[in-house]
Amino acid sequence: MSDKKAIVLYLHVHQPYRVRHYTIFDGGIHHNYFETAYDTPTNNERILKKVAEKSYLPTNARLLAMLRDNPEFKLSLSITGTVIDQMEKWAPEALESFKELVSTGRVEIVGETYHHSLAFFYSREEFEAQVKMHADKIKEVFGQTPKVFRNTELAYNNDVAYWADQAGYKAILSEGWDPILDWRSPNYVYRPAYTENIRLLMKNYRLSDDIAFRFGDRSSPVWPLTADKFTGWLGDEQKATNFDLFMDYETFGEHQWGDTGIFDFLTHLPKEWLKNKHHTFMTVSEVAEAFEPVDTVDVPSTITWADTERDLSAWLGNSMQVNAIKALYDLQDHVLSSGDLALIDDWRNLTTSDHFYYMCTKWFNDGDIHAYFSPYDTPYEAYMNFMNAYHDLKFRLAEKGVPV
Amino acid sequence: MLGWELPPHNSGGLGMACLQLCKALSKRPDVDIEFIVPYDAEHDIDFMKVTAATPQGIASVVRSGIAYDSYKYIREDGSEEWLNIYDQQELYEESVARMIDGREFDIVHAHDWLTFRAAMRVKERRGCPIILHVHSVESDRSGRELGGNPLVHEIEDMALHMADRIIAVSEHTKNCIIRDYGIPADKIEVVHNSIEPGDIVRDNDANTYRYLELMHSLGYRIVVNVGRLTIQKGLPNLLKAAKEVIYREPKTLFLIVGSGEQYYELIELAADLGIGANVLFTDFQRGKRWRDAFRVGDLFVMPSVSEPFGLTPLEAIGYGHTPALVSKQSGVSEVLMNCLKVDYWDVNEMANQITAVVQNDALRDNLVDNARREYIKLSWDGASEKIGKLYNQHLEGASA
Repeated sequence: MSDKKAIVLYLHVHQPYRVRHYTIFDGGIHHNYFETAYDTPTNNERILKKVAEKSYLPTNARLLAMLRDNPEFKLSLSITGTVIDQMEKWAPEALESFKELVSTGRVEIVGETYHHSLAFFYSREEFEAQVKMHADKIKEVFGQTPKVFRNTELAYNNDVAYWADQAGYKAILSEGWDPILDWRSPNYVYRPAYTENIRLLMKNYRLSDDIAFRFGDRSSPVWPLTADKFTGWLGDEQKATNFDLFMDYETFGEHQWGDTGIFDFLTHLPKEWLKNKHHTFMTVSEVAEAFEPVDTVDVPSTITWADTERDLSAWLGNSMQVNAIKALYDLQDHVLSSGDLALIDDWRNLTTSDHFYYMCTKWFNDGDIHAYFSPYDTPYEAYMNFMNAYHDLKFRLAEKGVPV
Repeated sequence: MLGWELPPHNSGGLGMACLQLCKALSKRPDVDIEFIVPYDAEHDIDFMKVTAATPQGIASVVRSGIAYDSYKYIREDGSEEWLNIYDQQELYEESVARMIDGREFDIVHAHDWLTFRAAMRVKERRGCPIILHVHSVESDRSGRELGGNPLVHEIEDMALHMADRIIAVSEHTKNCIIRDYGIPADKIEVVHNSIEPGDIVRDNDANTYRYLELMHSLGYRIVVNVGRLTIQKGLPNLLKAAKEVIYREPKTLFLIVGSGEQYYELIELAADLGIGANVLFTDFQRGKRWRDAFRVGDLFVMPSVSEPFGLTPLEAIGYGHTPALVSKQSGVSEVLMNCLKVDYWDVNEMANQITAVVQNDALRDNLVDNARREYIKLSWDGASEKIGKLYNQHLEGASA
């Protein structure tokens, strides 16, 4: 049991393969759902290069310096298969910079599905296949085997925890959502209900969101946020062993632009925090080993780290989303048994949760179209493109004589 | 206020827009409206004074039918004369110029080109500010940039330059005014038209279009257009898109409600495209048949080449609970988010989107559910607020 308080910094790196403007005139003729002219909003290469330049490269340069300058600084990353694929093709220097971070030995990679999918809720078989694909890829690229699991969008319930426990993971990540925690604090290690060995790490969303969402917001009561002020709050917190700061990696340089001072904040975070010798940083598996669980947490229905609802409604909240995902998984057996690797690859890239997120109407309807990131003008456009691609998958299966 | 028509004596959307706008404006404590129309008729309106502008020596002016170009002048001696719209517009100017003597007013607010010369005359004589409200410009009505009637073009050109302020019913119209007449952008205020959802009730009784209802129950999906069949409305592109849709989804029917100079041409085009059996024309309809057309559709399409505002998609949502596909060249596309949008010339994309809706009820249902949530929040109060402010700006230090 450690006598030090730890910051557990975990960053999630992901880019989907966005479906281009794909129409009924393409169906049955062109099967290139993910390729389009460079200057169009859904060009994946252009977006990846932009994110690499604005976020991955400058952030990794700072993280590397932070690891060099602060021997106690550590962090955890999850990197999806789809973003690794894209970096291999379009920004190998960005992938190299991630490898360099990992080679310091103080960066832990978290396991997840290769395609950032919601397969857990639709096909356990496909889910396990995608988790294995991801683990294999991480081993190949970074030489690590993930010991801690996060499901896509931190979608979590007792079943996910049970599965991860059986699969041998040391810990699993979830949202520290108040209705689940009730009177308890997210700043401890917990045990998921109905499990034997696994530990539950819960995101402190207030502290995490002060950085991820509110950092550059001048109307926020905490603006301007400095590392000094932030670590002061953490230091003052008496009842805590670990502060789980979980956020999208793109917070740095993309969601919060460089001119907000986010990079300076990041650089100063370990310096300020480690001024106190009772403070440290831990990776996700270290924290799971360092502290005994203080209680058992029971989560019968699914929570995520998204929106005020913290549920799956951003992905599966309307009938277009439900239709689209059901239709896609209905093709699973035909696609997987076809032996057509290109077809399987396309199908798997369509399982990525972002496609369903783009079809979400709840913010669009409130007129708050800037509340979510989408390369499409409307959720309806996202849905039409996706369904046209789905029809083309069926066309390709039918060509092979598969009755669909 | 100078206007050309008010319901029930209106030929189109202009009269309805004026009525709704005045109703909202009249709620403001600082606004009293006298609305001058060029004909004698009863209007059941209590929130403003409606006055007929009658020329010297004329006992009354009678509008006939729905057409723009038929006005009967009955002289005091009992004889009658029919005038075309251009001469009528000149007579309206003379009448208004004579009427203003002895009348108290602070500002003149005139709707569309037919009243613009009258507004200019008032400004000349009284020096009061004139606000010109543009519901459409000549290039919209003719479907061509700088096209249309050169006399009308000239009136618009002169009046828009003389106006103290211009109100456009959409960004689209504002851009047309800048493009066609070189008016500085900061002289033009966009005040979108709107709708009063409380005035619109969806019928629950049996639908007039029984055949279409039967076909719907057999799995057909129905695409509806309601409007004048004129070049401005872009119907030929809809029919070309329909061919592509029907080729992929044969159980699709198109209902075209309206009349106009392209009527026979469009019937022929549907036949030439080989989709005659799937396209139904009904001619001009009003009342229940008009409302039922919105109700029978799975999708309402407004493919206009140029539409200053375009109220019909909102009526489709209100009367029909039917979602809309509108051209990006319409004012309504600026205010309605939960609808499909397409460039009027992009026939393939139009076909793509129509096919998506007719093949997929989930898309249709999500579109209309969300569109209705937007729709019920609409009202003319925002427009009235903006215009009230404009009045005050122009009254500071100026009075007629």
